Amino acid sequence: MSSFPPTTIGAENAPPFLRLIGMRKTYPGVLALAGFDLEVRPGEVIGLVGENGAGKSTVMKILGGVAEPDSGSIEIDGVGYNALTVGGAMRAGIAFVHQELNLFDNLDVAANVFIGREPSRFGPLHLVDARRQREAVRPLLERLGANFGPDASVARLSLAQQQLVEIAKALSLNSRLVILDEPTSSLPLAETEKLLEVISALKAQGIAVIFISHRLHEVVAACDRVVVLRDGRMAGTLVGDEIEHDRMVQLMVGRELKVAYVPPAATAGEVALAARGVRTGTYPFQDVSLELRKGEVLGLAGLVGAGRTEFARVLFGIDRRHGGVIELEGRPLTLASAADAVRDGIFLVPEDRKGSGLLLDFPICENISLPNLGAYARSSIVLQEAERAQAERSRAELAIRAPGVGTRTGSLSGGNQQKVVLAKWLAMRPKVMIFDEPTRGIDIGAKSEIYRLMRQLADAGVAVLMISSDMEEVIGVSDRVAVMHEGSISGILPREQATEENILRLAVGKAAA
Amino acid sequence: MQKKDFGLLVLILVVGAVVAAINPRFLSPINIANTANLVGLFGIFSIGQAFVIMTAGIELSVGSMIALLGVIFVDLIANRGVPWPLALMLVIFLGLLMGMAHGLLITKLRLQPFVVTLCGLLIYRGVGRFYTKDATAGFPFGVSFPDLEFLTTGRTDFVSLLTGGNVQSIAFPHSFMFMLLLAGVMWVVLHRSVFGRHLFAVGKNEEAARYSGIRTHRVIIAAYVISAVLTSIAAIFLAMYTRSISPASHGNFYELYAIAAAVLGGFSLRGGEGSIIGVVLGTILLQVLQNLVNLLGIPSSLNFAVMGSVILLGVIIDQQFSLYRERRRTLEAARQIAAAKQPAE
Repeated sequence: MSSFPPTTIGAENAPPFLRLIGMRKTYPGVLALAGFDLEVRPGEVIGLVGENGAGKSTVMKILGGVAEPDSGSIEIDGVGYNALTVGGAMRAGIAFVHQELNLFDNLDVAANVFIGREPSRFGPLHLVDARRQREAVRPLLERLGANFGPDASVARLSLAQQQLVEIAKALSLNSRLVILDEPTSSLPLAETEKLLEVISALKAQGIAVIFISHRLHEVVAACDRVVVLRDGRMAGTLVGDEIEHDRMVQLMVGRELKVAYVPPAATAGEVALAARGVRTGTYPFQDVSLELRKGEVLGLAGLVGAGRTEFARVLFGIDRRHGGVIELEGRPLTLASAADAVRDGIFLVPEDRKGSGLLLDFPICENISLPNLGAYARSSIVLQEAERAQAERSRAELAIRAPGVGTRTGSLSGGNQQKVVLAKWLAMRPKVMIFDEPTRGIDIGAKSEIYRLMRQLADAGVAVLMISSDMEEVIGVSDRVAVMHEGSISGILPREQATEENILRLAVGKAAA
Repeated sequence: MQKKDFGLLVLILVVGAVVAAINPRFLSPINIANTANLVGLFGIFSIGQAFVIMTAGIELSVGSMIALLGVIFVDLIANRGVPWPLALMLVIFLGLLMGMAHGLLITKLRLQPFVVTLCGLLIYRGVGRFYTKDATAGFPFGVSFPDLEFLTTGRTDFVSLLTGGNVQSIAFPHSFMFMLLLAGVMWVVLHRSVFGRHLFAVGKNEEAARYSGIRTHRVIIAAYVISAVLTSIAAIFLAMYTRSISPASHGNFYELYAIAAAVLGGFSLRGGEGSIIGVVLGTILLQVLQNLVNLLGIPSSLNFAVMGSVILLGVIIDQQFSLYRERRRTLEAARQIAAAKQPAE
């Protein structure tokens, strides 16, 4: 990877064409950006790094014209704006290559590059001039060193080639800045090298690149300058030789932790759930081994895409396991479906609360009774009074704020919806509770209530596994922290060693200090 | 009764009143009995269709199934000397297998319901025609089954029965009474049972249902089995009603009547919505419309056009209503969230 020496064509002497000054952005309950500055010069490759939730995606949204900053200004070619619009960002020459590509895989490369602005012929007939389209795309692909033509079908291209199509699209729009969001997270190594070559090709043509990545060694290889974000602020800038893995990690950590740890009532008991060599569909060649004890809260940290959610889905029987053994109290489990997991007392509070956790159109009481409806029925007929009675108990116990248990669940706030998901499982007898990002999008009050409930569960002898990308939460709530990196456990830290720095090192694939 | 069902009932009453005002024969006992008979026959398989639509699926093979099972049933009892109770059970079992096959193909092989049941439509129609060599299946002269005929095509005037023949009222066809009984049972199944709740959950959001530990595949397969079993019962009623079955045309388009009845009755093709009362009322409205075409002297070629227009109108009105309700609900939710935040600050 040392074959890409950071060249400096115009990077230092040219004036910046894009400036973010004092960007501030809050979301309900979250301060996403707290005064962030950034300058972009032509032909400069800027690395943007930071933990999950440090504010990277907010910067992106502001540059893309999707989010409006609360204060601060954006200067493009010396003209100041309060906020960009999507069209304005495009006209300013800002192009995005998102992690999830936005391509039509039923069309060919040229059609994708020109989607929505196809060259037409035969005047009023507006037939697509496919030939002109192809001829316009061919030189773009050549500039990027693509090994496929404009008439290739997108569906047959590899992920890396599809990224090139997106970049070609950016070139065809005469973009001056291409923002690559985690472009390498799903690429194999060889293709990653190819992408880094493409970045230097863009640079050589005077196009600026913002490279967002969790893979710090790629940042080291590709960038002229690295901006480290922490808590919505710039934690530091590294230039040239200063760009080193360890220095970036040092700048990323060190945030203020606000969640107060509550120790368990007793030491953790015997092993409740054991995963031995479990493989998921996303990482079929990596395996996960983990033991979860009764009475403990085990945090599962890692970067987005490390395979944590996939692991949880396997534990809950939603996804088929590609190998390995899962044991509950020493007994191996089949787990052919979530129904099996529920029968065994393994419950999951899923990441996607609205899509998977709840039926938003159902009233609260029907959501709570759903996994265990048989218990509220006599000879298969549902006893609605029994359902409502349980729902009333749950509502009091979890302090669910709603007009009544007949209220449509979709009309509740995020925190109260999450409590309904919890109530579903607490009304049964959990042995293992898995929480996947339990407090995402929830206000601070409801957050601490959910932490308290987790601790209560653990103290009642339940084994709790909490997947979280929120560092504060992982450190503040867990008794132990397991860290995943690219499909397997890279380390398990006892509470005393579960520092931000150690977790982050393990998350990016290095050994803990 | 839900608001939607009530609206449909009002619509039926208004249409009925208008037709009765123009042509009083609409309310004659014989016309009412005949219409009730058709409501009964169509209602049986429409209720079945409703279960499938509840899962966001569709069952297109209803008409072909009715033709195939009808010719088999007639052949078994008329030509092969199989006792009718046995033949009845055989035909229902055959229907059950068809429903099971549809359900398995849709869940386990993840085929689209439209495609699976479209193939069913073609296959069963073809097999039915081959079975009789495209001839009409019927009962030979002099062959009769008094018990079976009484059960399926008989009519009973209860008022007359109770008063010992002193007071005559309307002789209600047994098909209609069977359908009402069935609707009662299915109402309990759909609206009160554990299975029914699971069906609503799967139809509304299969993912969330699975995450709640519901065996969603089983629920979906059960819906197709229920639909096919009810369709095979309807096939027997219809075979006894028409007495002769020409397999190329018998039951043509019946699936569309069933889908129309369910849609009129408030079912969403996206699944998770609808009521048994709704689908029964939908069936009644469709038959009243057919009847109206006959009684008002509208050219019978316009039959489908009238039905189509009324359904379209009904769906548009319903859509506008729910958009309005949705808007109100969003406003209400926003207000509640704002109110919930107040004390925290």
